[in-house]
Amino acid sequence: MSEPLSLYVHVPFCSSRCGYCDFNTYTASELGDGVDRASFHTHLASEIAMAARTLAPSYQVDTVFFGGGTPTLIGASALCDLLARIRDEFDVAANVEVTTEANPDSVDPQMLEELVTGGFTRISIGMQSVAPHVLATLERTHTPGASSTVAIAARAAGFDHVNLDLIYGTPTESNDDVHRSLDEVLDAGVDHVSAYSLIVEDGTALARRVARGEIAEPDDDVAAERYELIDDRLSHSGLRWYEVSNWSTPGSECRHNLAYWRNRDWWGVGPGAHSHQAGRRWWNVKHPRTYAARVSAGMSPAEGHEETTPEQQRLERLMMGLRVREGVLANEVECPQSAVLDLVERGLVEVEPAHEPAARIVLTRRGRLLADAVARELAVISDAPSGLDAPTAKQANPT
Amino acid sequence: MTHSSTAGAPASGRSAPGDTDPGVIRNFCIIAHIDHGKSTLADRMLQITGVVDDRSMRAQYLDRMDIERERGITIKSQAVRLPFAAADGREHVLNLIDTPGHVDFTYEVSRSLAACEGAVLLVDAAQGIEAQTLANLYLALENDLQVIPVLNKIDLPAAQPEKYAAELAHIIGCHPDDVHKVSAKTGEGVEDLMQTIVDVIPAPMGDADAPARAMIFDSVYDTYRGVVTYVRVVDGRIGTRDRISMMSTGTVHELLEVGVISPEPSPASGLGVGEVGYLITGVKDVRQSRVGDTITTVTKGATEPLGGYRDPKPMVFSGLYPIDGSDYPILRDALDRLKLNDAALQYEPETSVALGFGFRCGFLGLLHLEIVRERLEREFDLDLISTAPNVIYTVQMEDGNEIVVTNPSEFPEGKVALVTEPVVKATVILPSEFVGTVMELCQNRRGSLLGMDYLSEDRVEMRYMLPMAEIVFDFFDQLKSRTRGYASLDYEPSGEQTADLVKVDILLHGDPVDAFSAIVHKDKAYTYGVAMAQKLRELIPRQQFEVPIQAAIGSRIIARETIRAIRKDVLAKCYGGDVSRKRKLLEKQKEGKKRMKMVGRVEVPQEAFIAALSTSEAPAKK
Repeated sequence: MSEPLSLYVHVPFCSSRCGYCDFNTYTASELGDGVDRASFHTHLASEIAMAARTLAPSYQVDTVFFGGGTPTLIGASALCDLLARIRDEFDVAANVEVTTEANPDSVDPQMLEELVTGGFTRISIGMQSVAPHVLATLERTHTPGASSTVAIAARAAGFDHVNLDLIYGTPTESNDDVHRSLDEVLDAGVDHVSAYSLIVEDGTALARRVARGEIAEPDDDVAAERYELIDDRLSHSGLRWYEVSNWSTPGSECRHNLAYWRNRDWWGVGPGAHSHQAGRRWWNVKHPRTYAARVSAGMSPAEGHEETTPEQQRLERLMMGLRVREGVLANEVECPQSAVLDLVERGLVEVEPAHEPAARIVLTRRGRLLADAVARELAVISDAPSGLDAPTAKQANPT
Repeated sequence: MTHSSTAGAPASGRSAPGDTDPGVIRNFCIIAHIDHGKSTLADRMLQITGVVDDRSMRAQYLDRMDIERERGITIKSQAVRLPFAAADGREHVLNLIDTPGHVDFTYEVSRSLAACEGAVLLVDAAQGIEAQTLANLYLALENDLQVIPVLNKIDLPAAQPEKYAAELAHIIGCHPDDVHKVSAKTGEGVEDLMQTIVDVIPAPMGDADAPARAMIFDSVYDTYRGVVTYVRVVDGRIGTRDRISMMSTGTVHELLEVGVISPEPSPASGLGVGEVGYLITGVKDVRQSRVGDTITTVTKGATEPLGGYRDPKPMVFSGLYPIDGSDYPILRDALDRLKLNDAALQYEPETSVALGFGFRCGFLGLLHLEIVRERLEREFDLDLISTAPNVIYTVQMEDGNEIVVTNPSEFPEGKVALVTEPVVKATVILPSEFVGTVMELCQNRRGSLLGMDYLSEDRVEMRYMLPMAEIVFDFFDQLKSRTRGYASLDYEPSGEQTADLVKVDILLHGDPVDAFSAIVHKDKAYTYGVAMAQKLRELIPRQQFEVPIQAAIGSRIIARETIRAIRKDVLAKCYGGDVSRKRKLLEKQKEGKKRMKMVGRVEVPQEAFIAALSTSEAPAKK
C-alpha cells in the first residue's frame, strides 16, 4: 500500500513586491545575477527527481500545488512541463488535485486553457479586495474587477475549482468595501474562498510604514467584526467554513491544504520550501541562486531540519487540527474532560457528537477567532499531569 | 593617677597600638555629601602617611563593597589609624573614622561622630553644601566636635571657592579665610589640612584608671572572622585577655582578637584611652554587637554605660518577592545572610495573592531599601519585585482596639476612629529660583513650612514638616526633577500625627489585588485610584471576557476602567511552511503563560505587576 503524498512547488518570482508580503519571492531586480527566471524550472525539475528517488516507491502523489511568488510568471508550458515531470517520476493518483496560484494580471484565457490541458484542476487567484484604495495600501498592481474576470474565464477554460483570495482588516478598508468585495466574489460564482486578516509582518514595507505612522496598525476588533461579516455572507451563499480562513461549497475543499492540516506527508520543492515526513521537518535554502547552485551540483537543497518530539507533534496536531471543521478527536488531545467542558461552557468549542467515543472537538465561530488561545489551553492543561501535579500525587500516596 | 591621660598634660609620645599616649591621638571624621570627594580625600591621607604605597593604592581604598565603589558612597564605616609626623616633629596618631553618608543612616552617623573630637566638613567647591551634609554638620556641632571647614575639588574649572567659602563661613560662624581649600584628587592642600587636624582638634580625654568603657560605632560581619566590632575606648583599657560585656544586654563574650586598622587589620595587645580599633569575639550576628552600645570588661566593669544607645528602628516597609517563585528559599537564605551584617534589616514571611511568597521587610529608609534589594539581586542572583514602600500606621478602632499596620492590605475593615502616621522634619537646600516650585511640591505632599533661611545670596535652606509616607512615595525624584537636580534633601523622624487616611483597594474583576492596596490621604484617594486603574488597564492584556478594574475605599467604588474582551487570537494562515514557526510561537506563548499570575480568573503577566509597581515606587537615587 502506498501512502498519499502532497507535492508543493515553490516559484520564487514576482513582477513587483506587495507591501505586506514577507514570502520568499524575488522581483527581477531583487534577484540579481546568476539566476535565470526562464530556465529556473529545470532546477525545480531536478529536485522533483531527487524527491522521487527518496520517496517514490512507497508513495502516491494525490495533490500538487504550485505556489509562490507568482507561479504563472514562468509561463504555462514550464508549469505543465513540471507537472509532466512529476507524472514521470511518481505514481500519481487518477483524481490528483493540481493547483496553481495566479495573479489576475499574470494570466490570460489562452494560458488558462493550456494549464487545463496540461492537467491543472484548480486555480487560486489573489484578489484581496475590490476597493482601489485598499489595493493601493496593499501595493497590489492589478485593477479592481480583474480577479473576477479571470475567475470566470478559469471556469470557462475548464478548471474544476476556482478560489479567490481576500485580505480583510486593511486599515484603509471599510465594512462597505468588504461587502463590495464579497458581492464580486459571489457574482463570479467561485466554489472556494480564502479570507485572511491583514498581518503586519516584520521586515515588510508595510511594517515600516506602520512604524512611521503613515498607516494605522490593523485593529483586531475590526478584523473580528469583518471575519464574522465574511462568514455570514459566504455561509448564506452556500460556501461553508472548513478551515479558519477557508470556505467552499461541499466537495470543493482544497485537498492539498487539508493534507497540511491533517499532518500528512508532503515534499516542498523549490527555494525556502518546507517538507514534512513522519514527524521530521526540513526546509530548503531560501535564495534561488544558492538553491540553483546546490541542485545543479546534485546536492540536497535542504538547509535545516528538525525532528519533532511526541510533545511537539501533539501540539502541532492540536493547533492544526483545531483549525479545520472536522476538529480533533477528543480522546486524542489527552486533556481532562473538565477542560473541554469549560471551553464548551465558554462557547469556544462544541463536542460532536457529544458523549461518543469518536467525539470530536470543533471550534465554534467565536472559538475560530480564538483558535490559538484554545490550542494553548488544551496543550497547557494536558501538560499538567507530567508537570507539577505528579510529584505531589506520589508523595500523597507512598504505597 | 600613675600617668598622664589628658591632652593638657605633657605627652610622652608613646604611639604603639594599645599603648598610645592620648596626647598624640586625634580622632576625626569627614562629613561630606555623596560625591563631594570624601573617599578620595581618605585615599590621599593613606598615601601621604605611607600606610598604603602608591602601587597598592586602589581608588577609594576604604570602600570595600562593589556597590559602594560603583555608587561612590560608603555604606559601612571603618576606622583607619594613620601615623602622621606633625610639624613639632612628634609622631601623631590620626584615627579617621569613616561615616556613612546618607540620610537613612543618621543614627550610625551620630555614633561615628560620638567617637570623634573633631570633624572635617568637606564640601565640593563647585556645588556648595548639601542638605544631608548640613544635617550631619548640625549633628557634629551638637556633639561638640571641632569642625574644620574644607572646600574640595578646587582644581575643577567650575569651582567657586570664594562663593562657597563665604557660605561655609556663614553657616559655621567662622571667617572665610579659615576655610581650607584642597584638591583631594591632586593632593593639593591635603598635608596642610592634616597639620590643622593635629593643631585644632583636641586630643581625647578619658580616665585611664576608670573601669573600661568603649563605644561601638560600627559592627561588620566578616565571613571568616565573624562579627568585627569597631570601638572607641573612652575610659580604661580593653586588653586581649579580657572578657567583655555588652552593657545593653549584659551578654558576655571572650575576646579572640583586639587590633587596629592601618589600613589592614593588625592585632594589638589592647586598646587604651582615646584609641580606636576593632574587637573580634566570635559572634556571628551583628545584632549581638550593636552600634551605640557600650562595651566594658567583666572584671571591674563599669556600671554606667555611655549615653546615646538606641535600637535601630525600621521606618519604611516594602514587600520583596522573587519573580520566579521557586527562588523563595534562596531569598530567605539571602536575607538571613544579609541580616548578619545589617542590624536594622527586619523581615518576616508574607504571602501575596498577586505576587506569591515573599517577605515584608523593614528598612531605615529608601536608600537602605534600595541597597538591600540591590545586594540581594547582585550577590544572590535574584530577580525581585518590591511593592511600593510604605510607613507604619497606627489605627485605632472605635471599639478601642489598636492595630499597627506595616502592610496596607492589613489595614482593618470596620469603624476606624483614628489613624496616625509618622512625620519627619525635612531640610531642603536649593537654589532660590526653585523656592516656588518646591513649596508647591511640599504643599501637595501635605507639608507645613517650619522656616526658611538664605545660606548665601542664591541658596536657600527650607525646613518642612512632612508626613513620612509622602516622602517615601517618589518625593525625592519629584524634588530633583523640579529643581533640575540641584536640590538636596535630608529628613529626620519627628513623631506622629493623626491624619485623614483611607485604604484604597484595587479590584480586578471584583477580586482585590493586595499588592496594589495603598494607604493614602482621603483627598488623594481618587487620584491614586484613577491612576492605578488606568495604568493596569494598559498593562494587563485583554482576556476572553471583559475585565473591570475598580478602585475602592471599603465597598465604595471610586474609579473604574474596563479591559475589553479579546475577540481575535488566531493567526490568519497556517500552511506547510508555517508549521514550525507557528508551533514555536505557541510554545513561547505557553511558556509565557507559566509566568502569568491568576487573580481570580484574570491572567496577569508578572511584567504587568512589575511595571505597575515600579512606576509608583521611586527609591531615592543619589
